[in-house]
Amino acid sequence: MKKSENQTTLTITGAEAVVKSLLEEGVKDIFGYPGGSIMPVYDALYDYHDQLHHILVRHEQGAIHAAQAYARVTGKAGVCIVTSGPGSTNLTTGLADAMMDSTPVVCISGQVAAGLLGTDAFQETDIIGISMPVTKWNTQVTKAEDIPAAIAKAFYIARSGRPGPVLVDITKNAQFGKLEFSYKPCTFIRSYRPFIEPDISAINQAADLINNAKKPYVLFGQGVILANAEEEFKKFIEKGDIPAAWTLLGLSALPTNHPLNVGMLGMHGNYGPNLLTNECDVLIAVGMRFDDRVTGDVSRFAKQAKVIHMEIDPAEINKNVKADVAIPGSVKDTLPLLTERIKQGNHTEWIRQFRDLYKIEYEKVISKVLHPESKGITMPEVIHLLAEKTEGDAILVTDVGQHQMMGARYFRFNKTRSLVTSGGLGTMGFGLPAGLGAKIGSPDRTVITIVGDGGFQMTMQEMGTIFQTGAAVKIVLMNNNFLGMVRQWQELFFDKRYASTELINPDFIKLSEGFRIPAARVSERSKLSEAIDTMLAHQGPYLLEVMVEKEGNVFPMVPAGAAVSEIMLEPKKS
Amino acid sequence: MIQEFTITAFSENQIGLLNRITNLFTRRHLNIESLTVGESAIKGVHKFTIVVRATREQVEKVTKQIEKLVEVLKAFYLAEDEVIHQEIALYKVRTESLTQSNRFEAIMREHNARILELTPKYTVIEKTGHKEDTQKLFQELDQFGVLQFTRSGRIAVTRSNYEYLTAYLKEIEKFNEQNS
Repeated sequence: MKKSENQTTLTITGAEAVVKSLLEEGVKDIFGYPGGSIMPVYDALYDYHDQLHHILVRHEQGAIHAAQAYARVTGKAGVCIVTSGPGSTNLTTGLADAMMDSTPVVCISGQVAAGLLGTDAFQETDIIGISMPVTKWNTQVTKAEDIPAAIAKAFYIARSGRPGPVLVDITKNAQFGKLEFSYKPCTFIRSYRPFIEPDISAINQAADLINNAKKPYVLFGQGVILANAEEEFKKFIEKGDIPAAWTLLGLSALPTNHPLNVGMLGMHGNYGPNLLTNECDVLIAVGMRFDDRVTGDVSRFAKQAKVIHMEIDPAEINKNVKADVAIPGSVKDTLPLLTERIKQGNHTEWIRQFRDLYKIEYEKVISKVLHPESKGITMPEVIHLLAEKTEGDAILVTDVGQHQMMGARYFRFNKTRSLVTSGGLGTMGFGLPAGLGAKIGSPDRTVITIVGDGGFQMTMQEMGTIFQTGAAVKIVLMNNNFLGMVRQWQELFFDKRYASTELINPDFIKLSEGFRIPAARVSERSKLSEAIDTMLAHQGPYLLEVMVEKEGNVFPMVPAGAAVSEIMLEPKKS
Repeated sequence: MIQEFTITAFSENQIGLLNRITNLFTRRHLNIESLTVGESAIKGVHKFTIVVRATREQVEKVTKQIEKLVEVLKAFYLAEDEVIHQEIALYKVRTESLTQSNRFEAIMREHNARILELTPKYTVIEKTGHKEDTQKLFQELDQFGVLQFTRSGRIAVTRSNYEYLTAYLKEIEKFNEQNS
């Protein structure tokens, strides 16, 4: 029964104000889990179910990972809603993940009534204190009339500048309380300046360096995607004729087949991009933060090069790598200004060096894993087939580990916002709920979630959510009966002492069928292609378990603490 | 090189902001030597004065992280020679032991200290100065038995003429006018 029918006045409850505020912000889908302290909001949602689609997850961690993926594929803020106490503490991993990967997420948590704060009331937790280091901003609302402004501020902060997660904790009395509702979106906070005016003299300096460079080299990150600056970026590298390599989160900002796309940076990146980092003369970092997985030993990272750093977050400049020229600001604003100041470049010889090194990598690594002589299926074979069959148009969601690196290395992307992965935090268990969120956010695209047998079991209860929503997520579970990446490190750096990395697994097919999601297992190469076809042709969600070789390794590899130029194509002979 | 820096931050008055700021030190394993928070000359704007011993690079990075906080208006750091700073200390001493000594007047003169309250039982003495100065007086007075001692955190002004916050506030107001 609709409670608020025939209501003529704008006096509503705080709970209804939460819902109306979300609608004002253009929210269509929310991920959540009800409980005592958020029940008034759920009660209000009941009246708005035709306008606001609520997805009931199986665990709050699933809600936030789904909201993160939703944000990553749509460019809008993901929203999740949880109760107090365990409901909100279960968000923390996702908050930390979103903080690291600059994902706009707005979390609304219920809280015990203001009068009970600090009394150790049932399901009371200091989520403001707990979430402080892992949110861009958080606030507690104890009065109904403060709800609209808090939510408006939350969306503004989550989306603007360098995006990030925010949390609004609303006490139960505020949800029950009454207010005169009017909504004003937030566009300005005195102490917060997400817009930075481009520094023209720095841009001129950068243009000068680029125009005189023999071996300019671009490293790009998610900043390009977050700023919606893919076109501006392409124009820049095309005019400068500058080879460009991506960080894990920058992947898909530039199509895989673009002639200037030379591949991936970092620990399991491509050979040329790593090696030539220490050979370029001008390094242009665009919307990235020089994570240690990208730089290796930072004291031996691109020391020969002049570094230009274009970055929206001033705190990232000179944090890990000293910039000779710093260009703070959104790359959407700064890239066109730089492009118009650079000369048409021609760096054919320099770009050829990348191609030549790729040939070496192809021979020593890629061809071996794509056309293996061994009997066992390799992860790259699976990824490569998935890429071929979806022709680069699918969204790839990954969990964390070997399959993630293989996914990044061997999938193909034509469109931006097509890779969803946990980069900075490396959260196992991210993949399955993120697959759900990506499909809800992008219902018209094929969404493939690749997971390992380890990470899958961390959040596999979301199979229930996937079934209930009918979201057609294609789950490819690559099973090697190991925590593969840890096992690889044990093999290479811990004398093959496989401490607690072997998994004796459940029957994943029966498990999937238990969740009413059709599933199949494939363990022979000859049947792999057909099995993938069947999965892709299926209308709803589907799980394909691929038995991959048990002790496959991801190469190339920059060992932890080594310089990027010390990248290994194969294990050291001992 | 590790040296002493004074970090000054101006912020909105927001619950939990102190936590957010101290968290930034905790996660970098930096110890805060002293911390003073209070309302600045501008109503509603709070001023944090934080003393920390660290390298210039560490201080630069942590200051940027402070300034990045949504409610922080402006943060900057200054080396020892760029600030004029003071601390205040209060000493409570048994009156009887003071009156029995013939050194008391000399100590008060040398240290430029003053008496805030005098009762038959105890005397409260106040001194402002750098930490070394207030510490020195503590050692002198301790021969009489200091009943209570307390020292404030640092307050500081810059040596430069430039008033960071006023200029900054003008700048953002202008920016807001242009962009809204």
